[in-house]
Amino acid sequence: MNFKKLMMTAAAAVLAFGVGSANAGEPLRVGVEGAYPPFSWKEADGTLKGFDIDFAYAVCEKMDRECVLVEQDWDGIIPALLAKKYDVIIASMSITEERKKKIDFSNKYYDTPAKLIAKESTSLMDNNASLTGKRVGVQRGTIHQCYVEKFFPDAELVMYATQEEVFQDLAAGRLDAQLSDSIQGQEGFLETDAGKGFAFMGGDQNDVECMGEGAGISMRKGSDELLAGVNNAIEAIRADGTYAKINAKYFPFDIYGSGS
Amino acid sequence: MATHDTPAETPIGDWLVLVSENYSPLDFMLVADHFEKFLWGVTITLELTFLSLVLGGVLCIPLAIARAYKHPWFNAPIWIFTYCFRGTPLLVQTYMIYYGLAQFDFIRESALWDPILSKAWWCALIAFTLNTTAYTTEFLRGAIETTPFGEVEAAKASGMSNWTMMRRIVLPSSFRRALPAYSNEVIFMLHGSVIASTITLQDILGVGRWLNGRYYLAYEGFITAMILYMILVFAITRGFNLWERHWLGHLRPRTETLELKPKMSMLGR
Repeated sequence: MNFKKLMMTAAAAVLAFGVGSANAGEPLRVGVEGAYPPFSWKEADGTLKGFDIDFAYAVCEKMDRECVLVEQDWDGIIPALLAKKYDVIIASMSITEERKKKIDFSNKYYDTPAKLIAKESTSLMDNNASLTGKRVGVQRGTIHQCYVEKFFPDAELVMYATQEEVFQDLAAGRLDAQLSDSIQGQEGFLETDAGKGFAFMGGDQNDVECMGEGAGISMRKGSDELLAGVNNAIEAIRADGTYAKINAKYFPFDIYGSGS
Repeated sequence: MATHDTPAETPIGDWLVLVSENYSPLDFMLVADHFEKFLWGVTITLELTFLSLVLGGVLCIPLAIARAYKHPWFNAPIWIFTYCFRGTPLLVQTYMIYYGLAQFDFIRESALWDPILSKAWWCALIAFTLNTTAYTTEFLRGAIETTPFGEVEAAKASGMSNWTMMRRIVLPSSFRRALPAYSNEVIFMLHGSVIASTITLQDILGVGRWLNGRYYLAYEGFITAMILYMILVFAITRGFNLWERHWLGHLRPRTETLELKPKMSMLGR
């Protein structure tokens, strides 16, 4: 009897606390990738670093919740969110219509264009005719996969689990070109030793259907309170200079892009 | 829900898509739309599995003989080879050949790079072949070593040369005894072939992962792949049952029913 009473009291307390405080104080579990420098990567000692990681900690701080980072491979990052392995994803995920059917997005937190990378000396151009039969690498399940399938349907699409593997095979000469985020391509590949002799090919690759409206924080559908909290946090980070500070740590220019 | 490439034209088709997208736990119409891709995946999986098994099966025979008879030069190197390939995961071996070899300039400039080592398909085939050769060498060696001494003695008594004895007695008898273990190796190889999907190949699992990635799904691609692998394993087990019946028929326990029947009829007489 005593035990039952105790349980009732505990349940009531949890209920009251949960409703009253809207999860404040409870840790926020953040899904991150860890294989996408300079946005996220893993140091030799296992700690996660990068723009996304710093940004995630800033969001948690503004929401007054403890951050628990959960690493997840990219191609399972949405399924794992749906399976409640974490509450939000902060992993440079672009806000696209296709993804919005499955999950909700915050406002964007940065927006940079996608570009192709190929050998400096290449004669290839960024159109379907020129890339016909050529091997074009992308990371599986990205906006870039969508873009290549839509605009270069006659190219041979080669898919990888991580963006690092795409660069590795481009450097090894197994790919004729690859499509990825321009900043990530610049800092994660072209400025490294492996990227010597390679350069951007063609201009920015834009398409709202595939590329969406910039990178946002995503969560399960129906998390309206969480969504409002995250959007407020992004706004606060932008307003109080935290964003500029994190931005300057990784990039010499503003990656937020135009618009709101 | 996910968009379908081929719009359904009949009322039943419309209804199926509606159910598949909104009520079914699995979007089966989406899988059906892309089933051709899965069939291509099946051909890649079968190609890699069976080519590596055939190559491994041929290579393992001389290696196993050299091991079983402790050839003074070859025994030790072959032992090191089988030890390394049985002692490390197939995934690591495949990565070493695909990503590892590509790190060296002299390999990228060699004559082997363009036609073979730059291709994921060949890298997978090489890794799988070396792996299955290592395993089959060791259990064929075991089978050769346990050839009943009586069989060897009888062969010698009939005046067979070593080579003839190997060809007529030792190898056929060893193959028979190794057959049940070999069916495990074939299934292991089929399951191991999923590693091809980690080096960009669109095998069965590769297509499943593509589908999941393309439409942000958790299960559809994997469950379709699972079902296809189960069908293949079922076919392989059936095949080996028939093969064993054919080769090991003389070892099956005799059923008594045939002999009993005439006796029963005699009782009635």
